[in-house]
Amino acid sequence: MGSFSIPVELIRIVVGVVAIAAFVALNAIILVYLERKVAGHIQRRPGPFEVGPHGILQTVADALKLVGKQLIKPAGADAFLFWLAPVLGFLPIFLFFLPMPFGPVLTTLEVPLGLLLILAFAGLNVLAICIAGWGSNNKWSLLGAARGVAQSVAYEIPLLLALLAVVFMKGSMNLSKIIDSQGAWPWQWNIVLQPLAFLIYFICAIAETNRAPFDLPEAESELTAGFHTEYSGMGFGLFFLAEYANMVVVCAVATTVFLGGWKGPFFSGSWWFLAKVYLLLMLMFWPRWTYPRVRFDQLLNFNWKWLMPLALANLLVTAFIMKVG
Amino acid sequence: MDLGELDARKGFFKETLAGLWSLVVGLKVTGKYFFRPQITVHYPRRTVDNIPSFRGPIELISREEDPAKPKCGACSMCVSACPSGCFTVTKKRPPAPTPEEIAEQKEKEARGEKVKKKAAPKEPERFLYDYSLCSLCGTCVEACPSGALRFSASPYRAAFDRKELVFDLLADLAERAREDRNPPGTGKTTE
Repeated sequence: MGSFSIPVELIRIVVGVVAIAAFVALNAIILVYLERKVAGHIQRRPGPFEVGPHGILQTVADALKLVGKQLIKPAGADAFLFWLAPVLGFLPIFLFFLPMPFGPVLTTLEVPLGLLLILAFAGLNVLAICIAGWGSNNKWSLLGAARGVAQSVAYEIPLLLALLAVVFMKGSMNLSKIIDSQGAWPWQWNIVLQPLAFLIYFICAIAETNRAPFDLPEAESELTAGFHTEYSGMGFGLFFLAEYANMVVVCAVATTVFLGGWKGPFFSGSWWFLAKVYLLLMLMFWPRWTYPRVRFDQLLNFNWKWLMPLALANLLVTAFIMKVG
Repeated sequence: MDLGELDARKGFFKETLAGLWSLVVGLKVTGKYFFRPQITVHYPRRTVDNIPSFRGPIELISREEDPAKPKCGACSMCVSACPSGCFTVTKKRPPAPTPEEIAEQKEKEARGEKVKKKAAPKEPERFLYDYSLCSLCGTCVEACPSGALRFSASPYRAAFDRKELVFDLLADLAERAREDRNPPGTGKTTE
């Protein structure tokens, strides 16, 4: 090899990022299919059925269609911002998955402050929505972006406070360490000690990923499609991909922090991690087909008057018990 | 804190709890439906005829004594009632007189008597209905003095060409009579 050799860590990261890209795309395809099936069955119809057996190839066909479509920039739109937004929305996804412990050794990069890394870059998604709305030269997009910013800024705080309660208990932001401190059986998971934090986190996660009933930035019945109204083809596709990847991220964080990560009864491993993540994703689909969209004032009232005080109280009680106990 | 304030606070918490419970109730409803069997069918392969409340394209009602003959008296009330001009109705012409009748008539005319022509039968010769113009408002059904029109329960009347949507209601009625088709609403699903 001579004096030049590629550092092992770099190879690990490159392989990890490629695997993450594949994982994100595959997940988006599966999740869209699952979501449409869940929606169908809740409304007592079959859902996608025509492409492939039981319609399993429907989302593949949809993805191919999106790839093949023309990219159109509306007249008067800011070209730079308009094309920057979807890329900016999608790129942080890789950073979210970098410190994620999928299994005992299946972590791309051991980061001591893994949780902080994820939360810090989660803010870029809001920026992407903001830029998309501003750059589109469209009133619906702008309204959607304004809502998205207000919503994300508001719901980020209780989300952080809820996670912070667990960090207080474990004294670490390293995701692997948080998993290590939990046992294999459900009563050894953090959700038993922090049920309120989990509930607050999950509600905020739904709001942060702009999912119904908190889908105000998109709000198809009022704002056409909100911030991504003007995007066609893969411009829209990237936003879509990012949305579903973000759902996986918030559920993966919930699994890691509250549900014992890859640990589970009898056979610990990545299977348990995936099973828990998908269970949480199903729980995210369910409200979408049950509740109507909340109004904007309800959305903010709920956050500032309920979630914030509850999360703060929960954090204070946790801190008190940790200090005294 | 006075009593009114306390009551208001109690009410606030009561409302909050009731609201939270309503969320659970909603999830229970959709969760239950998720596991129930589907009630739609895969359309091109399967069709339904159990939707009697469906208000589809207008059709003629047959006479009780003859299922191939419409109740219609060809009065053209529907033609003038229809806001979109969907209907084209022609009345049947009087039957052509036989040679004997013609001879009789001529005889009468020669005697200077008044000739009474045969009246046209009160039946439509042609009854066309342009579904492409129809907005299914039902004004024709209300206007018909003989009660000869109704909404059909058939949802499968799509076409690739506008011209195919001009239905000959008399032929349609005759076909129904020939096939002795069940009246809508039998609850039967056809394969």
